[in-house]
Amino acid sequence: MATGEAVQERVQVPVAAEGLSEERIATLENLVSQARTAAAVFTQFTQEDVDRIVKAMVLAGLEQAQPLARLAVEETRLGVMEDKVIKNMVATEFVYNYIKDKRSVGVIREFPERNLAEVAEPIGVIFSITPITNPTSTVLFKCIMAVKTRNAVIFSPHPNAWRCCSEAVRIMYETAVKHGAPEGVFACLESHSLQDNAYLMHHKDVSLIDATGGPGAVKAAYSSGKPALGVGPGNTPVYLEKTAELGTAVTDIVLSKTFDNGTICASEQTLVIDDEIYDVVLKKFADLGTHICNEKEAELLARTVIDPKTGFMQPLAVGQKAADIARFAGLSVKAGTKLLIAPIQGVGREHPLSVEKLFPVLAVYRAKSVDEALKVCIDVNHAGGLGHTAVIFSRNEEVIRRFSEVINAGRILVNSPGSVGAVGGVYNDLPPTFSFGCGTGGGNSTTDNVSIYHYLNIKRVARRTQAHMWFRVPNQIYFNLNAVENVHQFPSRSTIIITNPALERFGHVDIVRRYIPEGTHVHVTVIPDAEPEVKVVMQGVQELNFYKADQIIALGGGSVIDAAKIMKLKYESPEADLEELAAPFLDLRKRVIQYPTEKVTRARLIAIATTSGTGSEVTPFAVLTDKERGRKVTLADYSLTPDVAIVDPQFVMSMPKGLTADTGIDCLTHALEAAVSSFASAYTDSNAMQAIRMVFKYLPIAYEHPGDEEARSMMHNASCIAAMAFANASVGVNHALAHAFGARFGVAHGRANALMLSHVIAYNASVPMKFLPSPYQKGYLAHKKYATIADLLGLGGHTIEEKVNNLVAATERLLDQLGFPRSIAELGISKEEFERAMPDLIKIAFEDPSWRSNPRMPLMSELADLFWKAYQGRGLADVAETPQPQASEQNV
Amino acid sequence: MEMIAVWLKIDEGQVVQALQEAAEKLDSLEGEVALDFSAVRRIDAKALRALEEFATIAGGKDVRVVLRGVNIGVYKVLKLAKLGSKFSFVS
Repeated sequence: MATGEAVQERVQVPVAAEGLSEERIATLENLVSQARTAAAVFTQFTQEDVDRIVKAMVLAGLEQAQPLARLAVEETRLGVMEDKVIKNMVATEFVYNYIKDKRSVGVIREFPERNLAEVAEPIGVIFSITPITNPTSTVLFKCIMAVKTRNAVIFSPHPNAWRCCSEAVRIMYETAVKHGAPEGVFACLESHSLQDNAYLMHHKDVSLIDATGGPGAVKAAYSSGKPALGVGPGNTPVYLEKTAELGTAVTDIVLSKTFDNGTICASEQTLVIDDEIYDVVLKKFADLGTHICNEKEAELLARTVIDPKTGFMQPLAVGQKAADIARFAGLSVKAGTKLLIAPIQGVGREHPLSVEKLFPVLAVYRAKSVDEALKVCIDVNHAGGLGHTAVIFSRNEEVIRRFSEVINAGRILVNSPGSVGAVGGVYNDLPPTFSFGCGTGGGNSTTDNVSIYHYLNIKRVARRTQAHMWFRVPNQIYFNLNAVENVHQFPSRSTIIITNPALERFGHVDIVRRYIPEGTHVHVTVIPDAEPEVKVVMQGVQELNFYKADQIIALGGGSVIDAAKIMKLKYESPEADLEELAAPFLDLRKRVIQYPTEKVTRARLIAIATTSGTGSEVTPFAVLTDKERGRKVTLADYSLTPDVAIVDPQFVMSMPKGLTADTGIDCLTHALEAAVSSFASAYTDSNAMQAIRMVFKYLPIAYEHPGDEEARSMMHNASCIAAMAFANASVGVNHALAHAFGARFGVAHGRANALMLSHVIAYNASVPMKFLPSPYQKGYLAHKKYATIADLLGLGGHTIEEKVNNLVAATERLLDQLGFPRSIAELGISKEEFERAMPDLIKIAFEDPSWRSNPRMPLMSELADLFWKAYQGRGLADVAETPQPQASEQNV
Repeated sequence: MEMIAVWLKIDEGQVVQALQEAAEKLDSLEGEVALDFSAVRRIDAKALRALEEFATIAGGKDVRVVLRGVNIGVYKVLKLAKLGSKFSFVS
């Protein structure tokens, strides 16, 4: 197979080549080319390969920690040689300790319980700017991270730290290549120029800029348009609260602020001390070799170390010894003074020492209260320290919590030194780093301690999850003739029977009462034979409360049972807000509004169905009419499902023909829609298919021969079985259409369903214009499921298409047999009237949650098309005109 | 024009040398040269540079370079090094 390469380069960022000679550009291009080649070759390396190289580099870095530190101090004239040795060792040994067992090649992390895996993809070429303050340690750190993650780096050191940095790069490079790393993996610009930096920052083959340095470098990195890790200045507030262990705190602060002469940007800048301990603390500082400035000295010091024009620290003071700074400022301090403390009265330009000071000068503020202390810390934080580091010394958890909530810092260190603490791995479990992410407060994309994971593109391999499904029905279902006798099994002190006037008249209530155990107080609540209203429900709840009912028997069709479900809900959980509970949702398990689980009382709900269609006795749905607002509220939650369902055909023997047909077709629609639902499962399929068979066989008989006990019994069971299917798989677009149409034109639900049914089967059996996400299904199966149904019904046909056509035809024949109108037009609705209603019908149907589980997502134009087909009438459905889906991988 | 194809087997440890030898033969070729990379599991920076040079020389002589049996890891290296477009690939 020949593979042609489609060259699709990223849009190239214009290269800032101004001021560069052609020769210089060629040099830089060569550097990038070598790095790009090295990065490409590196992709072939295994975890073992890089771990071996990293270990060798770490050992070389440790070996050279002292010479590099010495070189750094000699060249930069900043900091303390001994501390720089420690920094170099942390950058190698501590970093190694953190990364040695971490995977950085191939699959780096797996989450089997979530079917997720993370796979490492190297970044490529990284352009790295390194600072003067931590020159060699930063280079060692970044080289080790780069090899661990299989990236190439081009370094641009600070001009006053070039020699030591290039030496560190050389040591790392030679060791890495000696142990197998690709040639060209590191390079160091031989001189520092802003033009070089600009050129490389904009180079199309540089994938990431990692800028650790001053604000200018960081800003340039972020302005380049390239992904960048820019780590700049901080301004660390420290709160020394009165419950702190003062000896430890003072030692930690002295240690931290004097470490490498304060050059680490996480070091303490302004110390806020509680009034009660202020004097004691300063005494302790003094005891450890700190000079406490008086007001005059503080002023002199500020004038010396802070540039009055910019308000920032004087670069010449950076990394200098306290005694030298004191001398420059004209202060007289004891020999061996290691830290200068200068009291300040506030934060901001008028308090010059409240800014970042990368030298051993610490501002100190006396706070009269915790609130004042926190306020000053916030001010310091906002005076150049956002996102960086903050420190608190306290044993009061509440104060620590408040501090961590109000201070915006990527690292909030508790009872530990700022500089050495923020570096990580020494005083805490933070990842060891020499790059501190400062979040959006510092113009960064991360608040993390930069680590290997920031040198990787982490690819998430998300495998399809098999979400848990469910099949939830009442605990107990009793069916067949005289199933009502089972009511006697349920002991009760106080039972309320909820029913409608007609059923009471027919004597059905008396039948039920016969089986309620003796000694039970029974009260009958008769409600109107219509969809329950809020008012009716609330009256019912009052009666439940009055009689302290422990059992509710709902005797009736869907309306009565729905009313009883909602009464039970409000009786058990009076605080339940029906309006809120009716909030829309897409996935039952992820819904925003949860039904109450705490109940003030409990009552058993026994549902005795007296119609064969809604199946409300086993479903978790209830419809409520809010007449005051002119709307219907659909409640759906498995907590609404009755505890006991009784499916006794004696209560449906007297159903009139029309009701038998309407409810029977409602039952068929439930089963057909559940069968093709995107939530369908083997559990719901078995119920749906069985119900369909029973309806096709027994509904015509029950319709023609209402006294046929077997047919009535089978249809009553079919209704319940279909309801168990749709209670768990839900319904589809047929119901959405029927709800909209029925409500607008006052057509009974079953009848409205019937008008849509054959058209919807044809619609669902054709290739969807738009698929609905259905993680539970393997491919588009609706047409196959209809074909399976046709087979079950023995309708014949050889192809799926023929079988679907036969099912449509059989459905239409059944509807004709039951005397349903063939079209909406037959109902006497004029075309003009229907046309006028169409926009509303479409809108309401589209808002109806029923179609959310339909196998194909109905477009609004398709809803209109279906409405018009129903208007024109059945017999016109033609599945042959739409192409059939290709065979999918799995049969029904 | 008569097409004369040359087939060269490349050993992993000898990529640079093999390419240099192949480059010497380019003068006598017309059409295309096929390099069999099926024995090359990994490619290093030197080999990559040699391959790039070879492609440049072949391009100058209007000879198409076909790489056969390049494993997916090496293929990705060629893509990352922006060399993919210089070759045709045959499995």
